[in-house]
Amino acid sequence: MEFLNIDYPTWWFLLVGAVFSGYAILDGFDLGAGAWHLFFKKEKSRRIALNAVGPVWDGNEVWLVIGGGTLFAGFPEVYATMFSAMYIPFMLFLAFLIFRAISIEFRSKEPMRWWRQMWDVMYSISSVMLAVLLGVVLGNVLQGAPIGADKEFQGSWLIFLNPYAIMVGITTLALFMMHGAIYLIMKTEGRLYAKIRILLRNAIIFFIITFALTSLYTLIYIPHLSDDFKQQPALFILPVMAFLSIANIPRLVNKARYGYAFFFSALTVGLLLGLVAIELYPTLIISTIDPAYSLTVYNSASSDKSLGIMLTIAAIGIPLVAGYTYFVYRTFAGKVELDETSY
Amino acid sequence: MDVEILSRIQFAFTVAFHYIYPPLSIGLGLLMVIMEGMYLRTGDKVYENMTRFWTKIFALTFGIGVATGIVMEFEFGTNWATYSRYVGDVFGSALAAEGIFAFALESGFLGILLFGWNRVSPRVHFIATIGVFLGSVFSAVWIVVANSWQQTPAGYHIVGEGMEARAEITDFWAMVFNPSSMERLMHVWLGAFLAGAFLVLSVHAYYIIKNRHVELSKKAFKIALVVATIFSLGQLLTGHKSAEGVAHNQPAKLAALEGHFDSLAVADMYVFGWVNKKEQKVSGLKVPKGLTFLLHQDFETPVVGLNAFPEDERPTALNAIFQFYHLMVAIGMFLIALTLFASFQWWRGKLFEKKWLLWVFVFAVLLPQIANQVGWYAAEMGRQPWVVYGLLRTSDALSKAVTANQVLFSLIMFAFIYLLLFILFIYLLNKKIKHGPNEKELIDKRPNQKEMVSPFERE
Repeated sequence: MEFLNIDYPTWWFLLVGAVFSGYAILDGFDLGAGAWHLFFKKEKSRRIALNAVGPVWDGNEVWLVIGGGTLFAGFPEVYATMFSAMYIPFMLFLAFLIFRAISIEFRSKEPMRWWRQMWDVMYSISSVMLAVLLGVVLGNVLQGAPIGADKEFQGSWLIFLNPYAIMVGITTLALFMMHGAIYLIMKTEGRLYAKIRILLRNAIIFFIITFALTSLYTLIYIPHLSDDFKQQPALFILPVMAFLSIANIPRLVNKARYGYAFFFSALTVGLLLGLVAIELYPTLIISTIDPAYSLTVYNSASSDKSLGIMLTIAAIGIPLVAGYTYFVYRTFAGKVELDETSY
Repeated sequence: MDVEILSRIQFAFTVAFHYIYPPLSIGLGLLMVIMEGMYLRTGDKVYENMTRFWTKIFALTFGIGVATGIVMEFEFGTNWATYSRYVGDVFGSALAAEGIFAFALESGFLGILLFGWNRVSPRVHFIATIGVFLGSVFSAVWIVVANSWQQTPAGYHIVGEGMEARAEITDFWAMVFNPSSMERLMHVWLGAFLAGAFLVLSVHAYYIIKNRHVELSKKAFKIALVVATIFSLGQLLTGHKSAEGVAHNQPAKLAALEGHFDSLAVADMYVFGWVNKKEQKVSGLKVPKGLTFLLHQDFETPVVGLNAFPEDERPTALNAIFQFYHLMVAIGMFLIALTLFASFQWWRGKLFEKKWLLWVFVFAVLLPQIANQVGWYAAEMGRQPWVVYGLLRTSDALSKAVTANQVLFSLIMFAFIYLLLFILFIYLLNKKIKHGPNEKELIDKRPNQKEMVSPFERE
């Protein structure tokens, strides 16, 4: 079935992509802020940084839950193949997700120095590892995996720890650290603000270097990923936009227009994932054994009936989610003020 | 050990641990809505302090609930890939609806509930509290619908054959309102309300005994007692409905619950007993023909027993299922007696004079928790050997790409993490209870009350 001349599996591909982009943009700054956590030395600075994400991180993480749900619902074969193939990476991901959550939750519950230091370290390591693991998963999706005719993964899980995947992992960390630093700048003032400004400059450099290296590696060693662009030159507008968006961030930061800078770093996350989506479509997981075994939006999707039902659910649900997400962010807009309810 | 048993242990362990928390959140959510509603109506600070106190405990249960809940969503794919392929078309829509309609609602408003006290008006805050409560109530809807579909599949058809077979949805509303979903949902909701109400009863009974926060505690205790009494009684009704449903939809499970072996005979009902699987006998205290009477309101109609099913289509852990089920029923009956007795004492004006009764309430907090747990054990073990009743066997539902060592690794990992979580949960819960609610008009708004002490100072 089609809607606006686009078939349901493609709509659902766009939807899954949009939800995961939403997750990367929203939880991306939480993870980035967490990665910076140990750079702040004073207790008060750490509390401000933590409370900058305090009221929103949980809602942001829900985007991952929705993303997992939409992938399961829309492309059960991809969900099953990918999650069972990357068993160990996903289990580690879960462990760090739990540790991040409880670090935020438990840190302020006791006043002892060792207690707070322990949760600070755990919070920061978890945030870093979550960002890297997300990138590792993405890197492997870009490269493909040995998928057999039965849609099952054939191989050892260790192949997921390859140089390319780790490079994408580090790039993701760099991107999130830049994104998170911009978010923190909007939420802080005084000396902490001045400190994060310096950190942000380093983050931008770190990101641009890792991003350039990863792009180069992709173009040279994984040429099939740029096929779509060679065939349809009009698509080149996307990488150009991504490039402009990235270039815009240091310019806006220098002018101290952080709201716009944050918008552009969010846009960068979205555009980069948009590039990934274009490069992959209509494939979701490339089989390195035989391209015919690849999982595409057509051979791995749920029935049109099911996709139609869930598009209706999404059409009702997403405006609601957007509505109260906006409301929550508006309530907590502005610089962090600590009060008796803070973490 | 093989992948199947390890994966089953892991899923059972992670979901059972998770299920300590969501019922508390749902139940406390209801109590918080009532308390804050009382505050808005009366303007009495005591209700505000009460709500703020329970909000803090709610934050703790909710936080661990979220952290442990996401694990299951991943496990469907990591450990039960074949299951996911088989049911994705049907099960997925319920799970997606869960995320969009329930989790987003509760997590969105949670920020305002916890951190918004000084930022929004009391009325807006109350709306946030209701939002979080409704979100948690909805989250139960979709996951129970999905699980009920596994018990009593409806609104689907099977496409493909052999390893390629898949369940595809044909009728969304038939899937949502499958034969068992509504009665099971009611049973789950009420179990959650009881878990929350009994936690409130327990903590405030403790304060009254210790002569702390007495005025606030008496008010909170009465609110929770009303909730507990209504839903203890209600649970009898939903439990009975569920049992009738099981008899109708899953006769093998019902036979296992009561240890009824004869393939077609008038069935007894046991108050307690011990199942001897080999000799196909149950020894214990029974109500002769009780099960028949319960289901058919007469003493003649025969009930289908375990022997009516082929050996490989019967649940195997018969004694465990029997014991879990009977423990749940016994707890349910005790809670009815306890809450009715306490309500009677309240009516006589002597509720808080009986120390022993308050002590019973202090420890009764464990009972709804145990009942919720063992009820689910009986329900899930009674469905075996099927993961989707009559359609897909548990042994066929596994991930083919996963090895036993991988599952062993993650199982040990979860065991460590959850042990740590549980210790921290008990420690912090205890600390919050020791700290207690703020007294009238004395809300400490100093931001620095949480400042870290210097390493040279003692607290």
